[in-house]
Amino acid sequence: MARFFVRRLALSLVTLWLLATIVFVIANVLPTDIGRTILGPFASQQTVDALNERLGTNDPILVQYARSMRNLVTLDFGDSFQSGAPVMPTLLAAMGRSAQLAALALLLTIPISIVAGVYAARRRDRPSDRAIVLFGVTSSSIPEFVTATFLVVVVGVGLGWLPVLANPPPGAGLITTVKYLLMPATAMAVVYFGYIARMARAGTIEVLQSDYVRTATMKGLSTNQVIRRHVLRNSLVPTVAVIGVQIGYLFGGIIGVEKIFNYNGMGQLMLFAAQRKDIPMLTAGAVVIGIVYMVATLIADLIIAWMNPRVRLDEGR
Amino acid sequence: MTATFPAPQVPSAGTTAALKVEDLSLAYIVRGIPRPVLRGVSFEIAPGEAYGLVGESGCGKSTTAYAAVRYLPRNGRITGGRILIDGADITKMGSDEVRQFRAKHASMVYQDPGGALNPSTRIGTQVIEAYTVLGQSQDEAQKNALAALDRVNIADPIRVFNRYPHQLSGGMQQRVVIAMALASDPQLLVLDEPTTGLDATVEASVLDLVRTLRNETNAAVLLIAHNLGVIRSLCDRVGVMYAGKIVEEGNAVEVFERPQFPYTVGLLRSLPRHGVRKSQRALATIPGTLPQIGTDLPTCVYVDRCPLADELCRTVVPPVVDVGVGHWTRCHHYDRIGDIPEPDSGVGQVATEGAEVLALSNVSKTFHQSGHSVPALVKVDLTLNDGETLGLVGESGSGKSTLAKTILGIEGPDTGSSILLDRDELEPTAAGRPVKAKRSIQIVFQNPDSALNRGWSVRQILGRSVRKLTGLKGKAADDRVDKLAHDLRLTQRHLDLKPGQLSGGLKQRVAIARAFAGDPRIVVADEPTSALDVSVQAAILNVLSELQAESKTGYLLISHDLGVVRYLADRIAVMYLGRIMEVGDSETVFRGPNHPYTEALLSAVPSVDGEPAARIRLEGEIPSPANPPSGCVFHTRCHRFMQGICEVTEPPLIEVEPGHQMKCHIPLEELRRLQTKAKVEDIVLTTPPEALEAAVAEGIEPG
Repeated sequence: MARFFVRRLALSLVTLWLLATIVFVIANVLPTDIGRTILGPFASQQTVDALNERLGTNDPILVQYARSMRNLVTLDFGDSFQSGAPVMPTLLAAMGRSAQLAALALLLTIPISIVAGVYAARRRDRPSDRAIVLFGVTSSSIPEFVTATFLVVVVGVGLGWLPVLANPPPGAGLITTVKYLLMPATAMAVVYFGYIARMARAGTIEVLQSDYVRTATMKGLSTNQVIRRHVLRNSLVPTVAVIGVQIGYLFGGIIGVEKIFNYNGMGQLMLFAAQRKDIPMLTAGAVVIGIVYMVATLIADLIIAWMNPRVRLDEGR
Repeated sequence: MTATFPAPQVPSAGTTAALKVEDLSLAYIVRGIPRPVLRGVSFEIAPGEAYGLVGESGCGKSTTAYAAVRYLPRNGRITGGRILIDGADITKMGSDEVRQFRAKHASMVYQDPGGALNPSTRIGTQVIEAYTVLGQSQDEAQKNALAALDRVNIADPIRVFNRYPHQLSGGMQQRVVIAMALASDPQLLVLDEPTTGLDATVEASVLDLVRTLRNETNAAVLLIAHNLGVIRSLCDRVGVMYAGKIVEEGNAVEVFERPQFPYTVGLLRSLPRHGVRKSQRALATIPGTLPQIGTDLPTCVYVDRCPLADELCRTVVPPVVDVGVGHWTRCHHYDRIGDIPEPDSGVGQVATEGAEVLALSNVSKTFHQSGHSVPALVKVDLTLNDGETLGLVGESGSGKSTLAKTILGIEGPDTGSSILLDRDELEPTAAGRPVKAKRSIQIVFQNPDSALNRGWSVRQILGRSVRKLTGLKGKAADDRVDKLAHDLRLTQRHLDLKPGQLSGGLKQRVAIARAFAGDPRIVVADEPTSALDVSVQAAILNVLSELQAESKTGYLLISHDLGVVRYLADRIAVMYLGRIMEVGDSETVFRGPNHPYTEALLSAVPSVDGEPAARIRLEGEIPSPANPPSGCVFHTRCHRFMQGICEVTEPPLIEVEPGHQMKCHIPLEELRRLQTKAKVEDIVLTTPPEALEAAVAEGIEPG
């Protein structure tokens, strides 16, 4: 298990290095004069050159690459081209907000969708299964910004139950924060419900047809015992893998929802940075989101390895 | 244990049958319409008796078995009749009662033991559960579970307890499944193809185990197997099923020796029995196909395929006729069974003195896995002549498939190996070989389903092979496709269908036609019939031998079915741990004296003709090729082990008599003496303890 973990971690680091390199290449492929972009068309060429000099964008490409690698190792990506302030504090604050939102969305969706998926699998082809599948397909095909708008209009404006802006006031407690985040999180959760529930349903149906479930049933176990002892651990492996990938995606910020609820998360921050060619901010954002992806999939893989001894024991050979 | 059969225990009216199926009808609901699968099946099994159901795929034997434990597919409905276990009707039970019934009274063992165990749970937990469900405490259950593993001859139960299923071999997995099945001391034990997919040697040990346990438990055994040899070796009585009905029933030996229903006759004649060879006669086939599930049946279910059918059969339902003690048949014309015509004589002696088409010398193949060298083939020398069939036998892991892949160029052999095709050196891998060499060596796979492109019509599949391999175009290519189809008895209608629309036998014909597209010199047939029913197998074997007689193609036949090998092969090579242990004319090898490994293989196979006299049980499993035993690689399992020689030096492969090579320290005459003696005395030979000690001394773990 330790060996599995180390190998997996090493692989993650290599991936992270590749990611940083790709971001670096893309940033340098852009034929933009960065100083000009920042200072605007009316600044004198002299000022632009001086800024480029200060930002280091005139340095040889290898020097710039070495600098970006150093940034990667120290996780310090310098100052924002736009505000001049260090990027990391801004970025981490935005990431924290996105993480809060994503965590609430996942908390809402994972238990419900897994329970619904497994239940549907057990009631396969009966009305309750059909209803769950239909709701899942529908909910995941409605984009989150549509659900979000609907929620704002009905729950926020119409009923006035929840605030229509998601940024909680400073110093808000847990309950208040949840109250502010509930609508955007629900909009995101609705999309993922269908996705995860269908995954859980498909995995469970497959395992229910397996020979070892037949063995367990023939032992005389009740259906609930069979599900608990022999089905879940095997049937939820693909679901866990999917959730692992989705966590990275959610933490990266869902721009539509953030816009509608005017929430200062990663999505808005990255969009802003991209529009203004704020390369340090973009690079840092890509790397940090990358790290979240790595960690989330690593945790998912570890859970899968715990669930499935084949992964755990064969990998170590 | 002896090789004789227990007297048939025909349940009389006085005893309560352990399982009694009465006029059982069952249907599958397909799109709302019930399709009858079982149409009035009745039979009973006494406590301690073993009853076998035989018949081809689709006849309803598995459905019957699953119905007997109330484990039906979601769309299965019992539409009539009763299933009584110890007097209680399980068709009327509620779900709680069914659960109690499964926990306490019935158990099941299936094909593919690997799939029957939960992959993510330790063996111990799974076996213990079979006891806790009976209401035992955890401690008690654990004690019993360990004892159960011991009872199924698992040497180190505590170690196995902590393993996961994928860390055990197939034979061990099946023992674990059997241990769980016996936990409740059930009245009914259903075995569904319990040894299919296992090696012959493992199969023999599992069958031994079931026999022993049967005597101990007094459970009624219902056995489903397509292998009639397995049925004969285990069952007291058999029922022959056809189209959802039992058409003949009786004592196993009697039914197999003196069948009284035309279908049983056809089934038995389609098997290569009593050492029959292709040169002697073609195998019987059963024309036509099983009636479609759900169709209305004629008065006699078999009438459409029966050579004896007449007006009476079409108009009057045949009665059940007693033809012996406890032996009955549903045939009007059982007295004319002898009139069923024998199949044609064979294709005549195939010349084995043809020119040498393939010569392997010093062929080795070493795989490298995470720093270890794993020799899969070690210095193999073999030749194959024009029009000759070379049978390749050995347990899984013996290197048969690697050898085939090496010849085909799928795996490149180690340097120093030489493969000559018509005296020309072949490039190691197919990529480097010219088209001529590629078209000359072709393969027929075990499973035609996955070997043919499902999206293409048969005509497209064959057309592409013809164009790729022969370079023919347009009309010439089309003519060649028609010729191939004709040779394989495929009609024009078949050519326009896709593989999914064909039966297994027809698909395999297409796969054979494809291999023959470019007039190959050699065809590798890797288990060509093991996925097919016996009557279909017979047709495929006939086609293969006819094609060979015409085209003088050399066959390399890989099969675990020694009956098939004996029927088709002119010469046989026996492999063990990547080495050729024995090679010789088919008859010489089958008659013996032979290599102790071959001797063990031959005696392991349950035959429909009855058990071989001497029973040799190979202990343990085939050692890892990464760490082969010293000296003779077989010494760790050899029942004729000689300490001081066998574990020290590896014997060379030498010619012991004309056309017969062997790799053994024991001289031929000594082997002849020992083996004749063994046959006369009917003894069970197992690995002598010295061999196991020698194996342990050199660090190889015996089973």
